[in-house]
Amino acid sequence: MEDKLTFELPLLEMEEKIRLLVEKEGETKNTAKLTLLLKKKEEEIYQNLTPWQVVQLARYQGRPRSLDYINMIFESFLELHGDRRFGDDPAIVGGLAFFNKHTVMVIAQQKGRGVDDNLFRRFGMPYPEGYRKAQRLMRLAEKMKIPLITLVDTPGAFPGIESEERGQAEAISLSISLMLSLQIPTVAVVIGEGGSGGALALASADKILMLKYSIFSVISPEGCAAILWKDEKYAEKAAGELKLTARDLWKLKIIDVIIEEPLRGAHYHPEQVARNISDSLSHHLNLLRSLPLDTLVQLRKEKYLKIGKL
Amino acid sequence: MRLLNWLNWLRKPKIKTGIGDYASTVPDNIWIKCESCQTLIYYHDLGENLKVCPHCNYHHRLTAPELLLQICDSGTFKEEDADLTSRDILRFKDTQSYAIKLKEAKKKTALSEAVITGLGQIGSFRVGLAVMDFSFLGGSMGSVVGEKLVRIIYKTMKENLPLIVICASGGARMQEGVLSLFQMAKINYALNDFSSNSLLYISVLTNPTTGGVTASFAYAADIVLAEEGALIGFAGPRVIEQTTKMKLPEGFQRANFLLDRGMIDRVVNRKALKATLTNILEFNYGR
Repeated sequence: MEDKLTFELPLLEMEEKIRLLVEKEGETKNTAKLTLLLKKKEEEIYQNLTPWQVVQLARYQGRPRSLDYINMIFESFLELHGDRRFGDDPAIVGGLAFFNKHTVMVIAQQKGRGVDDNLFRRFGMPYPEGYRKAQRLMRLAEKMKIPLITLVDTPGAFPGIESEERGQAEAISLSISLMLSLQIPTVAVVIGEGGSGGALALASADKILMLKYSIFSVISPEGCAAILWKDEKYAEKAAGELKLTARDLWKLKIIDVIIEEPLRGAHYHPEQVARNISDSLSHHLNLLRSLPLDTLVQLRKEKYLKIGKL
Repeated sequence: MRLLNWLNWLRKPKIKTGIGDYASTVPDNIWIKCESCQTLIYYHDLGENLKVCPHCNYHHRLTAPELLLQICDSGTFKEEDADLTSRDILRFKDTQSYAIKLKEAKKKTALSEAVITGLGQIGSFRVGLAVMDFSFLGGSMGSVVGEKLVRIIYKTMKENLPLIVICASGGARMQEGVLSLFQMAKINYALNDFSSNSLLYISVLTNPTTGGVTASFAYAADIVLAEEGALIGFAGPRVIEQTTKMKLPEGFQRANFLLDRGMIDRVVNRKALKATLTNILEFNYGR
């Protein structure tokens, strides 16, 4: 878990230099020139990000978390807890909220911030009871005939002894099946990491939107490198081969929309990104809501049955 | 001869036109070492025993054709979509390109993909069938495995038959990236349709069934059976050990471990698999 993005370091150095100069001499021709140079350098770096750099951005500790967005996008979010079978998994949060004055169900993977919070949220890696809570809330949404909105941000389902004992695979499979069967509009927004089946369990939606610097992958680049190259050092190479950026997924026709982020990432202007997500959600929910139910179901069927037929 | 070499040798001379051609014609005078207890076994005895070691009960892996021979009534299996074959859509390359790996897997196994699908009879009951083969790129699920499954699901649905899927897979096929990941959703979508027609779906988890296969169609079944001793899980044992730094309990992720925790319906010895399936099909017929 890096605190700083390594490819951002030259920019941070320049910024620091400008700051010190301004402090000492005020804004001069020199500092203006440097600021211009900074802008140029910024664009140079961020318009040519490698897939591996996008992975780092998607995982960045300072990146806004699901609850940050939930608080900015929705009104009066009321969290509902527990799977009614075993426990309440803090790696998945869910509940009722208002979006554009309409009631919606929101379910999201929640990563932590800082050591304690991250341990509490298990770094956003859900247990089976997390997925079973999600299933319970999906059913409630269907019963209340309200749209389901999910926010996806997980390295993957938690790989532990207790996860296996409690049926991680069954929980994920059932979440996917259930989400695909819901007789309500569903929209998934990938805001950071879309890690494998554990992410798909909340992403099997009518519309899938992805933030520009988020990723969605069948396996982590490190895991892929360890298996195929027999060496985790090839993670950077694997990140490129896996085609895991929002752009790649759009080209592969898996996702519907890429949502814009500030040049240097969502954490530079969370409110702006929340507005972008909100606008896109609005647009797609209105569209889905205007469809008769049988059309909605038919479109979902077409979307999923054609995946991989390129 | 090592069992693996023998298996390769066994596969070589076959031309794929129907299940009859998958039949093995191996001389009886070969000795094979059990992969688990290392005891030397006369081939004839191992074959008679469906490759279950007569000494330690270890279930040696079966190829999909071998499994079909075991469970289908003789000469009843008719393969579907045998010509569907994967393409290297992402141009994926690790130490070798996916395109070359595909070519080699086909040569090695004489199969066109990691799953064989079709219609056949078990105990005189007509069923839709999909049987995975671990020897084809670890039984991994790519776009074509997904497509073949979806097609047999809808074909079986049209014929109003029960569906049986025999799993053996390391999970999604990494070389097809998210396209392989989303096959999980694609297949589960088709299974939803199948299920809403009140048709029965049985999955049989053989050694090993892990990752994206377990977390999709393997566990979307109405009845989940597991072969004795099979490793079944979402994450692999090594990943769990590395992540949690905990010592894994005895028998972790094995069929009986899952049975004890309520995660599967029955553990079945391979020699009883056909009888168990027939039994369930009788109940299905009697409703």
